[in-house]
Amino acid sequence: MLTLLGVATVVVGFAVRLNPLLVVTLAAFVTGLAAGLTPIAVLEAFGKAFNDNRFVTAAYLVLPVIGVVERAGLQERARALIGRFRGVSVGPFLIGYLAFRQITSALGLTSIAGHAQSVRPMVAPMAEGAVEARTGPLDEPTRQDVRAMASATDNIGLFFGEDIFIAIGSILLMVGFLATSGIVIDPLHLSLWAIPTAIVAFILHAARLLLFDRRLRRGRGA
Amino acid sequence: MIKLSAVYVLAGLVFAAFAVLSALDRNNSRRFGNAAFWGLVALSFLAGDALGDLGNGILVLGLAGIAGLGLLGRGQPATTSPEDRKALAARFGDRLFIPALTLPVVVAFGVLVLKPLELGGQPLLDPKQATLLSLALAAVVAVAVALWLLRQPWISPLQEGRRLMDTVGWAALLPQMLAALGAIFALAGVGQQVGDLVTTWIPMDARLTAVAVYCLGMAGFTMIMGNAFAAFPVMTAGIGLPILMQRFGGDPAVVASIGMLSGFCGTLMTPLAANFNLVPAALLELKDRNAVIKAQIPTALPLLIANIGLMHVLAFR
Repeated sequence: MLTLLGVATVVVGFAVRLNPLLVVTLAAFVTGLAAGLTPIAVLEAFGKAFNDNRFVTAAYLVLPVIGVVERAGLQERARALIGRFRGVSVGPFLIGYLAFRQITSALGLTSIAGHAQSVRPMVAPMAEGAVEARTGPLDEPTRQDVRAMASATDNIGLFFGEDIFIAIGSILLMVGFLATSGIVIDPLHLSLWAIPTAIVAFILHAARLLLFDRRLRRGRGA
Repeated sequence: MIKLSAVYVLAGLVFAAFAVLSALDRNNSRRFGNAAFWGLVALSFLAGDALGDLGNGILVLGLAGIAGLGLLGRGQPATTSPEDRKALAARFGDRLFIPALTLPVVVAFGVLVLKPLELGGQPLLDPKQATLLSLALAAVVAVAVALWLLRQPWISPLQEGRRLMDTVGWAALLPQMLAALGAIFALAGVGQQVGDLVTTWIPMDARLTAVAVYCLGMAGFTMIMGNAFAAFPVMTAGIGLPILMQRFGGDPAVVASIGMLSGFCGTLMTPLAANFNLVPAALLELKDRNAVIKAQIPTALPLLIANIGLMHVLAFR
């Protein structure tokens, strides 16, 4: 039971807004010590796991090119481009992005878009531009709402698309786990049964995007 | 065969450049904090395997210490003004999209064309890491395209990259740290403990209750652990397998698949899934760290309930 103190450390640490890197380090020590490891053993295990997971951080290699195109005016261009299509409102625009993200992820192309490489430089400015084209300059809270919704749409499209692809990590994990429990299963079946949820996710989020669009227009008297 | 170590060398050099440029940035009052932080990341990429476990542990303590003591500032590399950018945007027009779209094109090329290639019986790319290798290749190609097409200064990829990296700040390392914490949790058997807790205290005689407990448990446990992969083995060993599949005869493919997707609903609602929820908030310069999570909850909760319904109907045909 004592090992659950580490989980509690995480929950409390995040709740009181300590720096998350400190919280995580603290939680590692609490958990390890509660499990009977020495402090040095915890530090070694934590260091080894950190080193084994460097690939997570390597994805920031896309930032330099994004910075360069931003320097040359990509965000401004993205904003202006959507403004030319007066018919495109923010709701349908983000629904289109949601569909794109779900379909490409279902084909295994999970890394062709993302927060750094597409949301910040293109999708968020275009979403902002779509609102601006209809109702004039955005106030800051609305701008923040639009950006948060653009990021949320990327995540939802990714999560509920990628599991339809056979060779994605989560499918392999399920096949492996069930195999050790004596249940042999074809990965294709797992990916097929991800489709109903994917459809519901699309309908739910698309409906929310339309409501979001309507609220923005009403709230701004346009 | 091209392996992940090539990507690590590249990442190490880029972070080392961020560190040096940070140290030289007189506009940042905490420039040495930034230099030390990105310098440690560079060290990890370049020499992590040579540091030993204890060395890596001390390195992590250094990162957490710098972040925790508030020693990180935000670099201010010289860049173009908003007016300049408007003028540049008008001048370059839609050509500006080409470097950004080079990224997905090269990634897709890597995954679809390079990955299956073999050279003398050996795969060209390490098959397990083909996506990340493709992403790194795409990043390099796209920088070259951007510099050539948009005639930006040679140093700009590093300076602008540093500007964005400082925008993300310590949050950039949180996903990797959480992954490491997951390993400690596994070592200490935290998952098993939580699973036992759930199965001991909640009666699951009715099928619908068991389905609901499994789906909600996947989501809740994912929120605590930060990812659904950690929750799946525990909840499935505790409830999915013995109760849903064996006692009630549920279709394993449906139970597992929708169970995992219930976990993904949890991922949308937790700050512990930092790379999906906190990093974008930093990247988009949102004032509320949890703004992305708040935007996701109204989709995630109804979807979670829908998953319970779907599993109940589809798994027991």
